[in-house]
Amino acid sequence: MAAAPSRVGVPTWIFVPAVAGAVFVLLPLAAIVLRTPWGRFLDLLVSPASTEALLLSLRTSGTSTLLCILFGVPMAVVLARTSFRGQGILRSLVLLPLVLPPVVGGIALLYTFGRRGLLGEAFEVLGVQIAFSTTAVVLAQTFVALPFLVVSLEGSLRSAGQRYEVVAATLGASPTTVFRRVTLPLVLPGLVSGAVLAFARSLGEFGATITFAGSLQGVTRTLPLEIYLRRETDAQAAVALSLVLVMVAILVIGFARQGRTSL
Amino acid sequence: MRRRLSVAPAALALAVASGCAVGPGGGAAADDGAGTTLTVYAAASLTATFEQIGQEFEATHDGVEVTLSFAGSSDLAAQIQEGAPADVFASADEANMAKVADDGLAGAGPVAFASNTLEIAVPAGNPAGIEDLDDLTGDGVNLVVCAPEVPCGAATQEVAAAGGVALAPVSEERSVTDVLAKVTTGEADAGLVYVTDVAGAGAAVEGIELPESSSAVNVYPIAPVAGSTHADLAQEFVDLVLAETGQSLLRDAGFAPAP
Amino acid sequence: MTFRYDAVVAGRGVDLAFDVGPGETLALLGPNGAGKSTALTVAAGLLRPDSGRVVLDGRPLTVTGRAGRDVLVPPHDRQVSLLAQEPLLFPHLSVLDNVAFGPRSRGASRAGSRAVARRWLGEVGIEELADRRPARISGGQAQRAAVARALAADPRLLLLDEPMAALDVAVTPALRQTLRRVLADRTVVLVTHDALDALLLADRVAVIENGTIVDQGITSEVLARPRSRFTAQIAGLNLVTGTWRDHAVLTSAGMRVEGHPTGPPPRDGDPVVAVFPPSAVSVFLDDPGGSPRNALDVTITHLEPHGGQIRVRTESLSADITARAAAELDLVPGSRAFFVVKATEIAVYGT
Repeated sequence: MAAAPSRVGVPTWIFVPAVAGAVFVLLPLAAIVLRTPWGRFLDLLVSPASTEALLLSLRTSGTSTLLCILFGVPMAVVLARTSFRGQGILRSLVLLPLVLPPVVGGIALLYTFGRRGLLGEAFEVLGVQIAFSTTAVVLAQTFVALPFLVVSLEGSLRSAGQRYEVVAATLGASPTTVFRRVTLPLVLPGLVSGAVLAFARSLGEFGATITFAGSLQGVTRTLPLEIYLRRETDAQAAVALSLVLVMVAILVIGFARQGRTSL
Repeated sequence: MRRRLSVAPAALALAVASGCAVGPGGGAAADDGAGTTLTVYAAASLTATFEQIGQEFEATHDGVEVTLSFAGSSDLAAQIQEGAPADVFASADEANMAKVADDGLAGAGPVAFASNTLEIAVPAGNPAGIEDLDDLTGDGVNLVVCAPEVPCGAATQEVAAAGGVALAPVSEERSVTDVLAKVTTGEADAGLVYVTDVAGAGAAVEGIELPESSSAVNVYPIAPVAGSTHADLAQEFVDLVLAETGQSLLRDAGFAPAP
Repeated sequence: MTFRYDAVVAGRGVDLAFDVGPGETLALLGPNGAGKSTALTVAAGLLRPDSGRVVLDGRPLTVTGRAGRDVLVPPHDRQVSLLAQEPLLFPHLSVLDNVAFGPRSRGASRAGSRAVARRWLGEVGIEELADRRPARISGGQAQRAAVARALAADPRLLLLDEPMAALDVAVTPALRQTLRRVLADRTVVLVTHDALDALLLADRVAVIENGTIVDQGITSEVLARPRSRFTAQIAGLNLVTGTWRDHAVLTSAGMRVEGHPTGPPPRDGDPVVAVFPPSAVSVFLDDPGGSPRNALDVTITHLEPHGGQIRVRTESLSADITARAAAELDLVPGSRAFFVVKATEIAVYGT
């Protein structure tokens, strides 16, 4: 046997709840796999409703993840690296979508961007309609996924500390250069895992989407919405599509882990 | 990570696991030994009326507590098929009752107790000036309907076909409640919902009658669930729904009698 | 004067004022917590003092608490490089790109900045490590790279904060030599708690105790003739200045001290210092004779406990002996004695 360090601080009893937890998560997945109608799987996969839903899901989730990065990175930097009065309250409020039931989030978005919402009339004047559009789907997903990226990245920034940034500044790097060449590269693992979380959350987003964006094939009916609808008439098809979502999620997680270990 | 729109199915799943029924419409089930609990699964559109019928039933049956669970008919049918402990099932369409009956779970055969037709619902003030079915296809009209897979959606398609109109909705919702919600908030210019929904929505919504609605009538069947421990009580509840007490409550809400 | 510093940081109890001339190296010498590092953070623009004035080459970098407008030039605009105890090389860049960071941040091309970096890597003697990642080089090598990086940024003022503190004793002499060479013509403020660093690297030294300067002047003079007890303690060394003649140090008083030179051997007539720790000294009442030992004729000024032993002090030297030995010798202030030190224990440095 090869040399290996001894395990310290892991009492044997801890495996019991750990395994129980793992089983709790894995059994439902196994149940889905077992109930999937494998004979019809391929047909279901290539049906127009399914492919449109999957592509729409991937497109919107990708876009909302990009938006989460664009807005979330600056938010995380401000929360982690500056201090001002009321910052604690602001942080709690920004993380609100995490605990808000998604349907409530959808209602809130409706009251903001809907026709009669806060900004609704301004958008109407500009000729832009947000409700019932793919834009609404992206907005809903961004709303619920943003806190995931902010929390993840803020944690990384805090634990990384500012020692390297200080050195970079004394070497003559302007704040933008420091951010670009030192801060971001050093928290890249945290950023990647935050982005993966945001993407996964966007992919599975349902409540806010159905409340705010509606459900129309190819426009707003993402895969979770398609599954929800299919259950009405064809429960087996719903199971098959659920498996598709699970597989996409596993691919995404695998891709993210790959990126992290190579850093 | 998917959140379900209606709370009831998730709560029901938990109820099945714990062996007692909990519903948003009624009180928590407590087998306190002193009384019995009758569990009624009913379509969401029956919420207001069945709550009243339930109270009537409790008033005339000492020691009995009626627990009501309202959800989409297909959700309820699926749960009954998976063994949920319902005593009575009232569905919004015959197709979903058939699923239960085909599994041999509808004791004593289903009976139609009401029917419902579609109506156009518009936000108060009718901002888009809708007057008939044709207006729904106008430019820039945000029309919301039920998805074809659900009973009210199937009815919508029949009505549209009868009127010779090709509808182009901006959203196809899974439940008529969602359609109504979009109309009441003003997001949609019009929606196709049940007559009872318009009646129940009050001042927020105006209804526009549809002559074509008669071509798509949703028949509501009710049946006691086979294998229930309160078979007699269940039958009495069904009888109450079919009796004048139940029927007048249904009429007040806007339901039409069974054909 | 190239660099003028005068600032108060009340929260840390630090109130210092000092000047550094062009090309001069000033050491701030004191124990940990004395406030030396605080002065460096203020000088680098990382801390704003309660009141003070920091000026470099006539340009005000920090002005606070005075009548008139406050000035606080941000760190990246000061042309002041700071080298800390830890090398803090950017882990995601190669050693070469690390050293090139300064010039690149100022707008140099990648090729140009890398050329400058190679030159400086050569200066500190680690050109072969250019393409390695910081995780794959030793502590001593990393500190050299950090020195190269700080100098490649071409600062007007270089601040060194205990550069040797985190290194193995084995590698410090080599790094010290390197620093001596590259700091020769630079304006430098060096913070240290090791008197040897100050001696070998600095032209002038300021001794800091409890946030204020208690002694200031040319390094060898301050350490040899400490004007305060504290300086003497901080020196913790015996120091004898003189001229190198005939393989020995000849003091101005005519005393001849034999020791071993470190570094390149001095030439006759060069000013040198002989340094030895109090623990290397044996105390005798009579001259025991015999070489290769030095016997210095001294008069005892006082005795004090020191780290479990007795420190026997004269005007400028100390010896640490056991309490029992002190008792046997029956030493009292005013006694005449001989401090005997082996030549091998005395290090001689050119100054």
